[in-house]
Amino acid sequence: MYDVVVIGGGPAGMAATIRAKELGLKVLLLDDNDYLGGILLQCIHPGFGIHYFKEELTGPEFAYRLMNKLDGVEVKTSARVLEIINYSDLEKFVVFTSPEGVQKVSTKTIIYTAGARERHAFEIGIVGDRVAGIYTAGEAQTLMDIYGIMPGKEIVIVGSGDVGLIMARRFSLEGAKVKAVIELMPYPGGLARNIMILKDFNIPLYLSHKVVEVRGRGRVEKIKVVKVDENLREISGTEFWIEADTLVISAGLIPNVKLLTEIGVVIDPSTGGPIVNDRLETSVPGIFVAGNALLINDLVDYVAEQGELAAEGAKEFIENGGIPSKRWIRLVKGENIRLLAPHYLSGERDVWIYARVARPMEDVVVEFVEIGKKIKLPVVKPAEMLRIKLRAKEISKAEDKITMKVVKHE
Amino acid sequence: MDKVKVAIIGAGITGASIARVLSKYENLEVHLIDKNPDVGWGVSKANTAIIHGGYDDDPDKYPMRAKLCIRGNRLWHQWVKELEIPHVWNGALIVALKDEDFKELEVLLERGIRNGVPEMRIVDKDELFKLEPGLTREALGALWVPIVGQIGPIPAVIAIVENAVANGVKTHLETEVRGIKVENGEVRGVETNNGFVEADIIINAAGLYADEIARMAGVDYFEIHPRKGEYWIFDEGIPGPKRVLFPTPTPISKGIVVTTEISGHLMIGPNAQDLPPEEKENTATTREGLEEVWKGAKKLWPQLPPRSKVIRTFAGLRPEPTGGDFIIKAEGEVWGFINVAGIRSPGLTSAPAIAYEVAEIIQRDLGIELVEKKKWNPYRREITHFFALSYEKVNELVKRNPAYGKIVCRCNKVSEGDILEAVERMKFIGVKTPSIDSVKFRTKATTGTCQGSFCRPRIIQILAREYGVSPWEVTLKGKGSEIGIGDVKVLVRGE
Ligand SMILES: Cc1cc2nc3c(=O)[nH]c(=O)nc-3n(C[C@H](O)[C@H](O)[C@H](O)COP(=O)(O)OP(=O)(O)OC[C@H]3O[C@@H](n4cnc5c(N)ncnc54)[C@H](O)[C@@H]3O)c2cc1C
Repeated sequence: MYDVVVIGGGPAGMAATIRAKELGLKVLLLDDNDYLGGILLQCIHPGFGIHYFKEELTGPEFAYRLMNKLDGVEVKTSARVLEIINYSDLEKFVVFTSPEGVQKVSTKTIIYTAGARERHAFEIGIVGDRVAGIYTAGEAQTLMDIYGIMPGKEIVIVGSGDVGLIMARRFSLEGAKVKAVIELMPYPGGLARNIMILKDFNIPLYLSHKVVEVRGRGRVEKIKVVKVDENLREISGTEFWIEADTLVISAGLIPNVKLLTEIGVVIDPSTGGPIVNDRLETSVPGIFVAGNALLINDLVDYVAEQGELAAEGAKEFIENGGIPSKRWIRLVKGENIRLLAPHYLSGERDVWIYARVARPMEDVVVEFVEIGKKIKLPVVKPAEMLRIKLRAKEISKAEDKITMKVVKHE
Repeated sequence: MDKVKVAIIGAGITGASIARVLSKYENLEVHLIDKNPDVGWGVSKANTAIIHGGYDDDPDKYPMRAKLCIRGNRLWHQWVKELEIPHVWNGALIVALKDEDFKELEVLLERGIRNGVPEMRIVDKDELFKLEPGLTREALGALWVPIVGQIGPIPAVIAIVENAVANGVKTHLETEVRGIKVENGEVRGVETNNGFVEADIIINAAGLYADEIARMAGVDYFEIHPRKGEYWIFDEGIPGPKRVLFPTPTPISKGIVVTTEISGHLMIGPNAQDLPPEEKENTATTREGLEEVWKGAKKLWPQLPPRSKVIRTFAGLRPEPTGGDFIIKAEGEVWGFINVAGIRSPGLTSAPAIAYEVAEIIQRDLGIELVEKKKWNPYRREITHFFALSYEKVNELVKRNPAYGKIVCRCNKVSEGDILEAVERMKFIGVKTPSIDSVKFRTKATTGTCQGSFCRPRIIQILAREYGVSPWEVTLKGKGSEIGIGDVKVLVRGE
């Protein structure tokens, strides 16, 4: 029996595995790709590891550093988990398939780090012809940076989040013309440093616009764009067409939680990931979650940090035959908080709170109402995850809940 | 004995079925021709996939449809088994929402009785909600047609063609018919972009283009115009009906259906929008059409999921002929030319019956006596689907080929072994241009929750390797839909 089976070999999974090994646990790491690293390997741009390794690395470099610490751990790639069986709080089975066939292993805990999937064209209501040249950003990135394929030469990108902007740069560097980045919201979705890319490469950004239709015969030929009002309703008469051969959809990520929901793990609709306590344990005892399967992160450093935390949770679980019961303090969403995790705090340890605001705001106070904690910030944006440490001392001041809100500084 | 050469134009459900039935005969040499890179990519690709009950078509106005639909339904029961075609026999309810609707249901019941449809009856509210608990509470009753079923339409075409090829039919894919040679009032063959194919009998099963093909033979008494229907398909796990739900029909269409299609996804559609004859390639979805479908479906099934749960929308074109009935006959003025035209709905249902009708026409009207083969093989084995296997069975297959243990499409659990088998079968029926769609229709890869963003790049690698082409030359759906323009440095090099 394993102490921990880690499902997913991206940064969260590798960090969890390394930490679990350091804690003396018997670990098995599974990934369905032929290689470890998850999406890091397709992210050949820099910007990784500033917090975690105190150094700016590319995705593959970050992955490589983690891989080097996996010595002595049992790792299986090309191994797809088919099912998790939650036999009891103390014993679980993981069934996976690989070129060696279907295997079933038993384990005390599971750390689930299966990442996220991208929203696709149909999901965001694009109509028209179903032709070649429509890719999600991650798919385009995989084609270019893992398999060396150039998808097209005249590109329109949907979504000004980091992934969309980075792909705008990637396409430009390879000689393609990025004709527009189309953003539904009235503000850009990416980190400030990535928004600079648009200026660097002279790429027009259309805020408060959406792509509604694609036309072409075999391949994308033209893309219809329309302006939206404050309520995101289309303004008729503002439609225009952009000629392009490629449409890249970067319209957000959704945690991959299917295997978890099959065993009854409770999902938070606002994060799309499970509801967790401060050990990142889900509603099924002994199943922990980290990385983009928990909530969509913007920095890999946070993802790796969550992986380590989950490993520490697993250790505590194994030592105590379960996470000891306590009076959990709920962390609840207040004004201008769109999502947050973890959802339950023990007050026994310091905790990193991850949260996103619903809309951008300047000169604000982040307030944890019941414990009177306030943090001043010059600006908050939905694109930038808030990561705030609450001290055990502070948390234990609360009775049963702590409300997190973001309000204008008076 | 010289063989009679038969050229079938169109490898849709109609042409394929005809090819299968004609492959039974010793004295025929059958050629199946299609302009697309693979079979079933015309009208047969996008439809509601229903094996209809045969109560719908008025035998006075549309005798062919009325006769062939019920006969086709009965034949499908046998064909799906022989050919291992995915199917379900779940029955249909034609739902009355207003008192007046019962009058129409009575008409359908009468018609069904005339057409020979068994087992139909009108059910009251109580029985209706037992049959279909999720139905709108406004329903007053329904016509219950238990013989209705659903199949995978392209899997069906693929299965039929595989069987036909195994029985000696020759396929000519990516072969567009551009002319028909007629001499002394008899057909001689078809001119194509790939040269001339000699033929004593030409069967025009060209779907939307059957009018153009007929004109090539000098037959011009009918026209085909496209009637568009649009659909939504939702993610798995969203509860849908057990039966096929129809509203009470209108004169132009059977109405917007709510159904759980055979892979378990809730599907709604189609509407009916007439397009001008020149828009035979216009399968674009539209906001208006999709909205109409949404509204229509909601009347029967109020619990539609949020829009974010849609995994695909698509549109199909019905080939509507002048007069409205199927046109199935040997044309008197051109000996050897048989029209199988205007095969609109219920063409999928009718296809096996149409095929037997054609065999009869060949004997009766062309006077060719058909000699049955001694060793005709009615069976075809379905491709391996990892998702349908027990774990023990996977392990058996893995011993032979480890690729069966490796998942390529996560959402639908499609293994590399499944895909390699698909490629083998594509090659068996003569698919020359590798496409993602060919793999998709055989394996279900790319049709799940993520719509292929994970597995498409991997499928591209497999297709490139197996077909010996560069990965960027792999297509989505045939030439002109290549997935890339070259290697990643192609633009930087300034080519
Ligand atoms: C929206 C919709 C819903 C439907 N629902 C149902 C249903 O639920 N049940 C049912 O029974 N029926 C249904 N139908 C009808 C059914 O789909 C059709 O009747 C059937 O698929 C017609 O098949 P076909 O083989 O005649 O035509 P096609 O599938 O179009 O085949 C014709 C083939 O001919 C080829 N071709 C054309 N011109 C040339 C040329 N010059 N050279 C070479 N090849 C050529 C085309 O490429 C094509 O592959 C529906 C149809 C639609 C559009």
